[in-house]
Amino acid sequence: MGKVFSIPEKPGIYGRRIMYEMEALGFNSIGLTAIISIFIGAVITLQMAINLESPFIPKYLIGYATRETMILEFSSTVVALILAGKVGSNIASEIGTMRITEQIDALEIMGVNSASYLILPKIVATVLFFPLLTLLSILIGTIGGYIIAAATDIMIPAQYIEGLFYCFRTYSIVYSLIKMAVFAFIITSVSAFCGYYAKGNSLEVGKSSTRAVVASSIAIMLFNLILTQLLLT
Amino acid sequence: MIKGEHISKSFEGRTVLNDISVEFETGKTNLIIGRSGSGKTVLLKTLVGLHSPDTGRILYDDVCYTELGFNERKAIRKDIGMIFQGGALLDSSTVVENVKLPLDLFTEQSEEEKLERVNFCLRRVQLENADHLYPSELSGGMIKRVAIARAIVLNPRYLFCDEPNSGLDPQTSVVIDNLIQDITCEYNITTIINTHDMNSVMEIGEKIVYIHEGKKWWEGSKDDILLSENKELNDFVFASAMAKRAKQLIVK
Ligand SMILES: Nc1ncnc2c1ncn2[C@@H]1O[C@H](COP(=O)(O)OP(=O)(O)OP(=O)(O)O)[C@@H](O)[C@H]1O
Ligand SMILES: [Mg+2]
Repeated sequence: MGKVFSIPEKPGIYGRRIMYEMEALGFNSIGLTAIISIFIGAVITLQMAINLESPFIPKYLIGYATRETMILEFSSTVVALILAGKVGSNIASEIGTMRITEQIDALEIMGVNSASYLILPKIVATVLFFPLLTLLSILIGTIGGYIIAAATDIMIPAQYIEGLFYCFRTYSIVYSLIKMAVFAFIITSVSAFCGYYAKGNSLEVGKSSTRAVVASSIAIMLFNLILTQLLLT
Repeated sequence: MIKGEHISKSFEGRTVLNDISVEFETGKTNLIIGRSGSGKTVLLKTLVGLHSPDTGRILYDDVCYTELGFNERKAIRKDIGMIFQGGALLDSSTVVENVKLPLDLFTEQSEEEKLERVNFCLRRVQLENADHLYPSELSGGMIKRVAIARAIVLNPRYLFCDEPNSGLDPQTSVVIDNLIQDITCEYNITTIINTHDMNSVMEIGEKIVYIHEGKKWWEGSKDDILLSENKELNDFVFASAMAKRAKQLIVK
């Protein structure tokens, strides 16, 4: 781990690699995040509407509940779990393949600190980019809810909008972004670690990428609990 | 000069290298030969420091490499070029980017100077019109040649080649062998080559070390090898029927 965070000799090269990784790991995950968020936002609104069917509960609470669910759990924790599957397995198999085809050895022989060269740009890129995916997910999820509110007769869209701004706390978003930054670090470092120490053949690379997803998912759940305890209570 | 003293290495209790002491001379092409699985690659990787030996030490021009820390090794590694058995090109980079990487990392040259150097090296390995292809789009032989270009781009003082011409046609093999020998002489490099190709041995074998079952069995030059009395070596060198007959004629 110490090797990963040693000072890079040529910051310019690292800058370029960070941009490349942002595109490969972050930018290319926008589509998946958007699709999942819009459906979940719609479904949450629908379910809230069904479950809160009562004359005593004001309708705007449906919009409020959708917003809170997206911000507090879905757009950080669930999106992180999905990204652990997509990005984590990608990182582990990429680095694992580099290990078994001696590409990492080749870097070492050149005198490159391979751990830092390969892993640090990925960590920086995901820690910076994944919180943006959280913001995007919150936005698109609430839009999904709006679409359902407008398309069906469960409520008047204006009430939904009213609910979205009811009791709004910016801190919830900050909490969500902090969580995602930590999850990004977990996904990338755990997966890179699994790949970096893969040995043997393609079977082992497959196993290491499974291990990466399982281990980072469990770590995400654990840190979700810890961070919620620390940040919200 | 690279020297290995009493090197042993085992993996999970299985001995692969058994008390090997060798000396590889500067300005010469030193060959390590032996059958498949005899431990050539492990020996080469131990010499460059990718495996650490269980016992023994390795000296690079009288600097004890095995005792150096990561940062001190780094200084020596900038003088090392290595060609891996499988090429080991970076999959995510093109041919030019692969060859240019060491320049990017360790020199302050301008982009034009770097490209000039890269093109010079690619021409030396007779690889043209492949600049912007990725490793997955290259043939096995082309990968080898890119790997050679990458290994020599920084003018190394030590060059390690793990079967540089396996997978190449005989003509290209000779070109590559001669190329390696030329740069070895020209820049006074210590070159160590793993091979089981007898053509290379006879072409460029200035110093030959024969490894058999993890032990050093024989050493000498290409002129000695034909006359050697060593049974295992003869079995290896004169493996085919034709070669055996040739040996009988030589002996007569
Ligand atoms: N990382 C490793 N872990 C365990 N055993 C290994 C490892 N690397 C090599 N070996 C074993 O060491 C022995 C020698 O392997 P090595 O790759 O050095 O052979 P070689 O002489 O290079 O053969 P070839 O000519 O086919 O390349 C083999 O029996 C191999 O199984
Ligand atoms: Mg080998």
